[in-house]
Amino acid sequence: MSVTVTINGQSVSVPDGATLLEACRSEEIDTPTLCYLENLTPVNACRVCVVEVEGSRTLVPACSRPAEEGMVVQTETDRVKHSRKMVLEFLASSVDLSTADSTLSGWMETYGADPSRYGTPAPPTEDRDHRHAGHHVAASGAETETVAQPAKIDNGLYMRDYSKCILCYKCVEACGEDAQNTFAIAVAGRGFDARISTEFDVGLTDSACVFCGNCIGVCPTGALMFRSEYELRQAGVWNEDEQNVTRTVCSYCGVGCNLELHTQDNRIVKVTSPMDHSVTDGHLCIKGRFGYEYVQNLDDDLATTPVDIVLRVARNS
Amino acid sequence: MYAVDPRLTSSAKFADVWLGIDVGSDIALANTIGREIIAAGLVNEAFVAHSTMDFEAYKAGVEEWTLERGEQVTGVPAEIIKQLAHDYATAKTAQICWTLGITEHLNGTDNVIALISLALLTGHVGHYGSGLVPIRGQNNVQGGGDMGALPNKLPGFQDIEDDEARGKFESVWGVKVPPNPGKHISLMFEAMEAGELTGLYVIGENPAQSEADTAHVRKLLDDLEFIVVQDIFLTATAELADVVFPAAAGWAESDGTSTSSERRVQRIRKAIEPPGEARDDLDILSALAEKMGNGWGYPTAEDVWDELRSLSPMHAGMSYERLESEGGLQWPCPSLDHPGTLFLHSWLWDEVLPPRGPAPFIPVKWVPPVDPLSDDFPIRLTTGRALDSYNTGVQSGGYRSPIRQGAVLEICEADGTNWDIREGDTVKISSRRGAIEVPVIYADSLRPGLTFMTFHHPDEADVNQLTLDAWDPKSGTAEFKATAIRIEKV
Amino acid sequence: MNKVATEAERGAVDGLLDSLPAGWDGNPLDGRLAFSGLHRSQQLRHLLLPALDAVQSEIGWVSPGALDYICSTLIVPPAEAYGVATFYALISTTPLAPIVVHVCDDICCRDRGAVEIIGALRTVFGEPRSAEGPATWMTSPCLGQCDRAPAVFIQRAGQDDLVIAPANPASVLAVVDGLIQPMTVSTASTTLLGRPGGESLEAYQQGGGYVALAVAASQGPDRTIAEIKASNLRGRGGAAFPAGIKWEAVAGIASDCKYVICNADESEPGTFKDRDLMESNPYALVEAMTIAGFATGATRGYIYIRGEYPLATARLRSAIREAYAAGLIGSDVGGHGFAFDLELRRGQGAYICGEETALMNSIEGKRGEPRNKPPFPTVSGLFGKPTVINNVETLVNVIDIIEQGGETWAQVGTADSTGPKLFCLSGAVAKPGVYEVAFGATLRDLLDLAGGATGDIQAILLGGAAGSFVTDDQLDIPLTFEGSRAAGVSLGSGVIMVFDTSTDMTDVARRLAQFFRDESCGQCVPCRVGTARIEENLARKLNGHGDLDLQLIDDIDIAMKDASICGLGHTAATAVRSLIDLGLI
Repeated sequence: MSVTVTINGQSVSVPDGATLLEACRSEEIDTPTLCYLENLTPVNACRVCVVEVEGSRTLVPACSRPAEEGMVVQTETDRVKHSRKMVLEFLASSVDLSTADSTLSGWMETYGADPSRYGTPAPPTEDRDHRHAGHHVAASGAETETVAQPAKIDNGLYMRDYSKCILCYKCVEACGEDAQNTFAIAVAGRGFDARISTEFDVGLTDSACVFCGNCIGVCPTGALMFRSEYELRQAGVWNEDEQNVTRTVCSYCGVGCNLELHTQDNRIVKVTSPMDHSVTDGHLCIKGRFGYEYVQNLDDDLATTPVDIVLRVARNS
Repeated sequence: MYAVDPRLTSSAKFADVWLGIDVGSDIALANTIGREIIAAGLVNEAFVAHSTMDFEAYKAGVEEWTLERGEQVTGVPAEIIKQLAHDYATAKTAQICWTLGITEHLNGTDNVIALISLALLTGHVGHYGSGLVPIRGQNNVQGGGDMGALPNKLPGFQDIEDDEARGKFESVWGVKVPPNPGKHISLMFEAMEAGELTGLYVIGENPAQSEADTAHVRKLLDDLEFIVVQDIFLTATAELADVVFPAAAGWAESDGTSTSSERRVQRIRKAIEPPGEARDDLDILSALAEKMGNGWGYPTAEDVWDELRSLSPMHAGMSYERLESEGGLQWPCPSLDHPGTLFLHSWLWDEVLPPRGPAPFIPVKWVPPVDPLSDDFPIRLTTGRALDSYNTGVQSGGYRSPIRQGAVLEICEADGTNWDIREGDTVKISSRRGAIEVPVIYADSLRPGLTFMTFHHPDEADVNQLTLDAWDPKSGTAEFKATAIRIEKV
Repeated sequence: MNKVATEAERGAVDGLLDSLPAGWDGNPLDGRLAFSGLHRSQQLRHLLLPALDAVQSEIGWVSPGALDYICSTLIVPPAEAYGVATFYALISTTPLAPIVVHVCDDICCRDRGAVEIIGALRTVFGEPRSAEGPATWMTSPCLGQCDRAPAVFIQRAGQDDLVIAPANPASVLAVVDGLIQPMTVSTASTTLLGRPGGESLEAYQQGGGYVALAVAASQGPDRTIAEIKASNLRGRGGAAFPAGIKWEAVAGIASDCKYVICNADESEPGTFKDRDLMESNPYALVEAMTIAGFATGATRGYIYIRGEYPLATARLRSAIREAYAAGLIGSDVGGHGFAFDLELRRGQGAYICGEETALMNSIEGKRGEPRNKPPFPTVSGLFGKPTVINNVETLVNVIDIIEQGGETWAQVGTADSTGPKLFCLSGAVAKPGVYEVAFGATLRDLLDLAGGATGDIQAILLGGAAGSFVTDDQLDIPLTFEGSRAAGVSLGSGVIMVFDTSTDMTDVARRLAQFFRDESCGQCVPCRVGTARIEENLARKLNGHGDLDLQLIDDIDIAMKDASICGLGHTAATAVRSLIDLGLI
């Protein structure tokens, strides 16, 4: 069974049940996405993938809207471009996107997003985890509200900097039903004060977290980061241009998860897993994600490079 | 989802129903389920008639396992066993997954056979969504078997006693292959004890800590004339060795393949240089061969793999190129145009069964654990794993897991109250073989009389000084799961 | 953090579960058996919000220990439960004084005494949201009491919630001190819809109640739906969707389970007609729900009422209890041979839960985040099952339609806007209240009914916060679906709020923007950030930090309309835009 839709005047046939995004991608029609990921259920929250469907009063999210026979879709109309631009401006004016995937800055340019027109960004605040639904402090108008806040560093494996969180829900989905079924984090609060949180904002070590790091694997902005990457960035020695990514198989149990070892200066600095691999669709457990340290001789005198020194400090902190 | 486990593990909490059976009563449960499926008329008659044999013998074998007797031995209510039997039998598809809780028993093989019988009774095998799923604890234990690291097999599970198979290898290797099976690990220790085995070459194993009744094992190793250990760590075993070859980590410092539980062969690749003088396993073996005067040069991992493909029919179709582009392949994969095999036992559903014939039912008998509870040792200790750790901890000890508990004895709060032992108290645990001291924590996964330890931290507390080295004659696996202990406050 | 629930906290949760068919026995039995898992968790999840409500009502806040107890009882992951608890304004996860006064400072009340009440409470009890002392206070969005502004809503730990309206500093402080026990008495206007017999089931039946159900039962479901279709009854909640089409769609789907929901989460600022209907005659709503269940084949109904309506809640609870006792709901409704169960669910302070799919998520024990549509509720609604969801006023009309026949009923009103309609008049009018007219009346007619404006009209808000403003040169707009559409305005939920020239419309606009910034669920980017940016822009002007950026407001409005998930975002800037267009800010 297949359905045929028209996208930008071009007839496209896709299997029944395929989404408009899949239809677009099958024709290599570029549609930006932020909250969408192949291995997660679409939440269609970011709205950057919206397209225009004939007969629909509003734009529709391509990532989750199933293609229906005869649909007439436009992906590059002024309406579409306007909404994409505004979504990108909204995010860039409220979130630190400095470590986001570089495609994002490309889209900002494509759609002419100008976050500076919203005014002076407000400085970081300490209270974002304690705001009450329906009771925000009314805006003064002097500054532009942001999600800037102190980073949370409560364990040696990964850190959370929600100043960089665009609330795409991916980490919640990966922690929950789409992968880990641990449910250590959820969206709490409401509106602009919505945030990713453990219960009562307890530290990860007091939460249900099992440190699989699948949330890091799906985070599009670097809000969730390996401690190793974070510390190397802080020290100014993180250098992606000099890194290699090697695919191999985890050394622990018999599931056969594929690992992508990100290496710099002969050290593993980060571990990811390929999303397109059938065994675990990009997800790992604590051992696969973080259990590589035994092949790094950081505690002996061999650890002399800047990378080694930073990693050793991070590991022992 | 039903979970059967003496402990209410996190997986059990995830299940719809948890059955907290007594340690070592697995066969009793399986036989009771089997009898109930038969008694309730829920057998897949067509499948049993076409694809199996010896059903009558099985039926007779489980006849004594009424629901009442099942309840008596397992400790789980008859009604729930019945519900499990009916749900399993009437499900459209159903899997039985297990791991070392089934196999690490004196009768581990029989435990597995008892489960296989349930799949044969119901036809829940060999098709999508069904099957028998042993979940492997090690990343390449399957690959070890595939490569012939078994006492009675050549690579590709070809029988060492098969002259034709052996001849094939001999013609390529240019040497004679011994025609008789070697010894598995438990037999090796017996041979050491008998003085028949005096030298040992250990590659990537740590028997001084991983085997049951370690005090005894250490003595046997100590008494050997010569030990070579090839490992990435200076393990407890390596410390006993005469020669140590420092090796590269297989998964990150060298190239090759590994085989996962689902028979999927995948490429492993070198990402970083090994430290110091450590060398690739293949390199070490090649150099050793050269020193021994019969060198074979220094083949690449792919050279070795291609030789294997020429000798092992089930691997023949798995070129490196295909392994790369297809995300691994599941054996058997006999030719380059073969897609690999998703279901190993789909042949059971063939209209005409292949020459191997129908699958036999094998009735198995339940026997209680060999380390009985007594007045002196009234408490059951079972061992297992924790999510963040691995085996004896030499690898997983390298990273700082925020959820690691270290060596602790888990007991239930009710026992703690009864025995006046609080969390954090250090206790002396004694078994018929030894004693260790560990701190205690309370765990809601346990019921009174049942205690638990992982074996991940032998340097802190070596639980295998307590366990029993009685082993399953069929698999060679020791009884790690059922130890009788006594606990005293220190 | 102390994570052990107190005796009282456990009692609150256990009391709830005793009264509901949860059947939970998940604690490991003798360490041998446990029934838990995902399925069990899913079955119990819908009890999460009632459990949080029970603890909040009894204890005054939800402590870590209480949350933990709820979670272990209902098998809900604590982080998820916390995410749900923090979604609702009436649930507090931080300690609060045992009495909490919610003072409406929304656009109607703020000019009618709210400021004075806030001043008095601040003097006596200090800053808002305090855990110290006998009582504390906080501001509130519209409490649905605009006809008797200003209003306060009082949560009291261990005691019933209260509304005081109209309130003044003295009356609020007296109630807080326990000196007087106010009984909020409905001031329901006599309307065609307000059927007689609201005081008891017996009186309702004597006054002609339950005739419609009997008629429907004798006609059968198909004919019942045919009558609704013939009546051309359109939804009174704001979307104006034909009710008969919804009913027919759900009736036509074969499913093991279907639901009808009454959307009584009346939270649109300026709206209070549904409260009026429920307070004056809850029996009519129960009967109408039963007819809807019968017609569509749904065997279970939910009434989702906003948490700030304690009197309507109490009356509906009592009406449902009486109807069960009389066999008018239950396994064999009125001896007609069909089953229908009805349950009341309380909202917990979230405007967004008036959006139908957010409301369903809320009943399911999730955060009240709207779902993407399609699929529509008629196909996949509550718990993923076919669901009819109608507003209170829509449902109450059903009784007349069945009694009179659809065609007869449709003779009232205009061709496209049939039947009677309730309007909520508030603000600068002589006699604020609910007024019922036949569709076709003009804005001027309604103002006349309410005794006219009390000053020079500066602007009139039509349809609610999601509606738009008009000025006095538009008083002849016919208030019909087609008439309002032609005039480029929306009837919304029937709000007509009058502002005279003494009101600072920039302040009104900013308060409206604050409302949407507070009430956005936060799920989608356009609404989450767009509502904040609109508020900032208006605050900038109001507080003298600069002018409005008209281009930016325009850009934001368009993006919210085009790309938001639900109606909240689509309409969040409409009223503000209309003020700009009218040159009033």
